[in-house]
Amino acid sequence: MVTELTVFLVSTLIKIFLVIGVLLGLVAYAVLAERKVSAAMQDRIGPNRVGLPFVKARLMGLGQPLADAFKLMLKEQFVPGHVRGFYYNLAPMLAFLPALLAICVIPFAGVDPIHLPGLSLAIPQPGVIANVGIGALLLFAVTSLGVYGIVLAGWSSNSKYAFLGGIRSSAQMISYEVAMGFSAIPVFLISGALSLPQIVDFQIERGWLLLPFVGKQFDWHLLFLWPSLLLSSLIFLVTLFAETNRAPFDLPESEQELVGGYNTEYGGMRFGMFFLGEYAALISASGLFVTLFLGGWSLPFGLLGTATSLSTFFLQALVFLGKVCLLVFFFMWIRWTLPRFRYDQVMTLGWKVLLPLSMANIVLVAILLAVFGGTP
Amino acid sequence: MEGILFWFLALVLLGSAVAVITNRSPVASALSLVTMILALAGLFGLLGAYFLAAIQVWVYAGAVMVLFLFIIMLLDLKAEEGMPLRALGVGAGLFLVLFLGVGIWHAIPASAWEANGLRAAVSNDAASIGHLLFGAYVLPFEAVGFLLLVAMVGVIVLSKRDV
Repeated sequence: MVTELTVFLVSTLIKIFLVIGVLLGLVAYAVLAERKVSAAMQDRIGPNRVGLPFVKARLMGLGQPLADAFKLMLKEQFVPGHVRGFYYNLAPMLAFLPALLAICVIPFAGVDPIHLPGLSLAIPQPGVIANVGIGALLLFAVTSLGVYGIVLAGWSSNSKYAFLGGIRSSAQMISYEVAMGFSAIPVFLISGALSLPQIVDFQIERGWLLLPFVGKQFDWHLLFLWPSLLLSSLIFLVTLFAETNRAPFDLPESEQELVGGYNTEYGGMRFGMFFLGEYAALISASGLFVTLFLGGWSLPFGLLGTATSLSTFFLQALVFLGKVCLLVFFFMWIRWTLPRFRYDQVMTLGWKVLLPLSMANIVLVAILLAVFGGTP
Repeated sequence: MEGILFWFLALVLLGSAVAVITNRSPVASALSLVTMILALAGLFGLLGAYFLAAIQVWVYAGAVMVLFLFIIMLLDLKAEEGMPLRALGVGAGLFLVLFLGVGIWHAIPASAWEANGLRAAVSNDAASIGHLLFGAYVLPFEAVGFLLLVAMVGVIVLSKRDV
């Protein structure tokens, strides 16, 4: 006898394994992609030697992540003598965890229950690990914890460079968190929901919030709101760069001044955890942007809006993955194009430009919604 | 299941709350406080108040405590670490805890919690909390907002004085 609870537990476990597996695979290949993209932009070839083990095939360097991972794991776990031991070990774990937690509430496919052949009970919420009503807020809350790993790493390393990196990072993340939250509020105002699957459903019906004319039906309300939405998505994107410590906001680890920043004193897999955490955060940030502004798992004009069978479900997941990969490529493109900001420029941009702009945007959207209507 | 989770979270909460006070290293105290906040958010989640839980984590663990930690690390307090617990301090602390606990116990009887529809509203979603805050409780809410503004102006005045 199959009860609803077992279906829920088994399907959730499968989803967790799938999502974490795909995420870690993406992280490994994002590192390779980063090197390939940077090589292409600087007119180099990039890593192209490592193929599969025991086979002569080089596969354009596709075996590189495997070699990188083994190198990190097999390295000696060296701990410098001057560190504060407990926190030094704690920090990499804290840096890695929030990004993994954040991915739990991001819907990668439709959440309407689907029936599998040979199973009488439907699978609840197939497209998201945890369908929480306030998913967006929970996601912001969890990602805001990411700063602890970096701050503790900087402090516990007991070294100048690491400490400066940690301090810079916490100042930067706190500053941009505010603007990030504010720039997402217009999305919640317009869609009238805090639940990420509901926001995607809204976009399937009425148009993606970044491209309001690709919905199932045309909605002139969204055209009025389009300028505000463009502004809000731009601010959100910039703050995502800052929150994930990516160039041009990579001051916490600016090589020229700080050696490696907060992770200077780390080696082996401990360093690997920071690395993994950084890329995992990048991918979940891309997933969040896709969910909020780019219609999540759907294609334009309501195609693939609802999954009825397992095959359409997987197609949705692939569409979502494709959008995330494009956005990750965009992140890399920016990183290898723009030079790093100066510290005072980062603070000025965050507090004097993005924050007031995003607040004004909220007021504007609220007034437009009150005058023209348009919330569901 | 809920019972186990409640006792686990309650134990973590109380344990880390005690650790906040007994730890002599300021960083360890601050991190214990973060653990306590997370456990409290977990308890809110168990009550079905996901909104409160998320805000608790976002505001307190994600912003306030980061600033706390930031300051502690910048000051790099060393004198605190050697300071022993004093009997008078422990006694005064215990007295205050009992006093406040009994006070709260009497001030907010369980019936009031149910009668005002607070439980239903809080364990619902963001919209109902918004309606409560900007409807029935708009005056206290604005008062708190004004208080925060006063504090902010005060901080600016104090830090600008020697310029």
